[in-house]
Amino acid sequence: MSDYNFAYLDEQTKRMIRRAILKGLAIPGYQVPFASREMPMPYGWGTGGVQVSAATLTPDDTFKVIDQGADDTTNAVSIRKFFERTANVATTEETDKADVIQTRHRIPEAVLREDQILVYQVPIPEPLRFLEPRETETRKMHALEEYGLMHVKLYEDISQHGAISTSYAYPVKVEGRYVMDPSPIPKFDNPKMDMPAIQLFGAGREQRIYAVPPYTKIVSLDFEDYPFEASKADHACDLCAAKDSYLDEVILDDQGNRMFVCSDTDYCRSRRAAGHVGRLGTKNQLEASA
Amino acid sequence: MTPLLQVQGIRKTYGSFVGCTDVSFDLYPGEVMGIVGESGSGKSTLLNCLAGHLPPDQGEVVFDTLADGPVDTVTMSEPERRMLSRTDWAFVHQHARDGLRMSVSAGGNIGERLMAVGDRHYGNIRERAIDWLGRVEIKEDRVDDRPSAFSGGMQQRLQIARNLVTGPRLVFMDEPTGGLDVSVQARLLDLLRGLVREMGLSAIIVTHDLAVVRLLADRLMVMKDGHVVETGLTDQVLDDPQHAYTQLLVSSVLQV
Repeated sequence: MSDYNFAYLDEQTKRMIRRAILKGLAIPGYQVPFASREMPMPYGWGTGGVQVSAATLTPDDTFKVIDQGADDTTNAVSIRKFFERTANVATTEETDKADVIQTRHRIPEAVLREDQILVYQVPIPEPLRFLEPRETETRKMHALEEYGLMHVKLYEDISQHGAISTSYAYPVKVEGRYVMDPSPIPKFDNPKMDMPAIQLFGAGREQRIYAVPPYTKIVSLDFEDYPFEASKADHACDLCAAKDSYLDEVILDDQGNRMFVCSDTDYCRSRRAAGHVGRLGTKNQLEASA
Repeated sequence: MTPLLQVQGIRKTYGSFVGCTDVSFDLYPGEVMGIVGESGSGKSTLLNCLAGHLPPDQGEVVFDTLADGPVDTVTMSEPERRMLSRTDWAFVHQHARDGLRMSVSAGGNIGERLMAVGDRHYGNIRERAIDWLGRVEIKEDRVDDRPSAFSGGMQQRLQIARNLVTGPRLVFMDEPTGGLDVSVQARLLDLLRGLVREMGLSAIIVTHDLAVVRLLADRLMVMKDGHVVETGLTDQVLDDPQHAYTQLLVSSVLQV
């Protein structure tokens, strides 16, 4: 433990990142450049999120990491272990008990509180990138609020698929000003972004940090005649019978059988513990798996 | 009548090399002005200065805006200039791929300017895109195809539709027929002439093709080495050239 400074990064670096975070909070949705450090993991594995988490964690915080909603996937386990070792902080899988939650591709189902921080891992922070490759131009478009191009993408969706088929990383307008990429969360999660917790976004490779303060107005872009829809699979969870949570589809065999389960593992677990049973669940499933 | 565009003493140099210098003219509403000259004579530099793509070193470009009357576009703020260039102005590039988004469908290309000025109704945008495809003689069923699947002439026509959809008052064209074969050129010119007359557009057309200006332009400006050497009505300049260079230019056209 003494081999590392608290939370791996040195204090100067953490101060630099905190300054970027504060600037991001002051200008909701604006991408603040920061001097991203080399982290002991490959780009694309959450280097941005890890740096933001390292800069926000304090020794008495409890830390939770989810990857696609799950606490037990490789990415989540590795990052949790990383901070257990380098920061010696308490970790949890329960959303309710966590102070800082680092996430990849999901917002937890449980409603977050004012004293919690949600840290997103962001691969490509620029929502206009695939339409306009020049960084100089996209910066100018943000500065001058020229966001017509974002609707060109949605237009293309409708003309090709008959509906807005963008289902993740769905662009949003923050507090009536900046258009922001909410990281690759499903669009089902977009309405949840107007929340009491602080949301921080870290893109390590692209060296950008942006933020959404609590209770900020987030509007998903759409057309008057094709309004935004927060879609999910039209099923209930097969383990906990939840109808309101985002579901993963799991292929069971090559006979076409499949099941839908909550992507938020903690939400599913707590519902099963409270006695909810889905189509394929059993009463004593928790004891059986334990 | 107030001129739509008043150009006063435009000069642009690249280091010690003069791009264009001492260019002044007025353009009135509904008028089409041709700028001809050989390669390197500064006509594209001039056009880019006028359209706000390049900052001129000296001079002013006063445009008669709808809201505030005549305003110098060189000194106006960038957001205002960019707003102008997607509402009242249009720019047709020589190469359609410079003016089109090649990865976006034809309908999306036409709709972009509408969405940029705040149209948020998919049905309306699509209807206007299809209407404009018809006006530039592209079949309605190509609306969802990408421009990369179009022929050169179609790409150029699509670029024109994309530019004219917001009803601009001034169109800048840089060699609009360059790189097209003659029969396609003829159709494009016919189309352009129709649109310009029908919409009452003012236009500035840069070209080295004298046939283009003969068909489209009311007035002509001949440039050589960055200077304007002769101006006048198109027929007058082409039929009775005064300056030695203009005489050379006119006599260089092959007769078939």
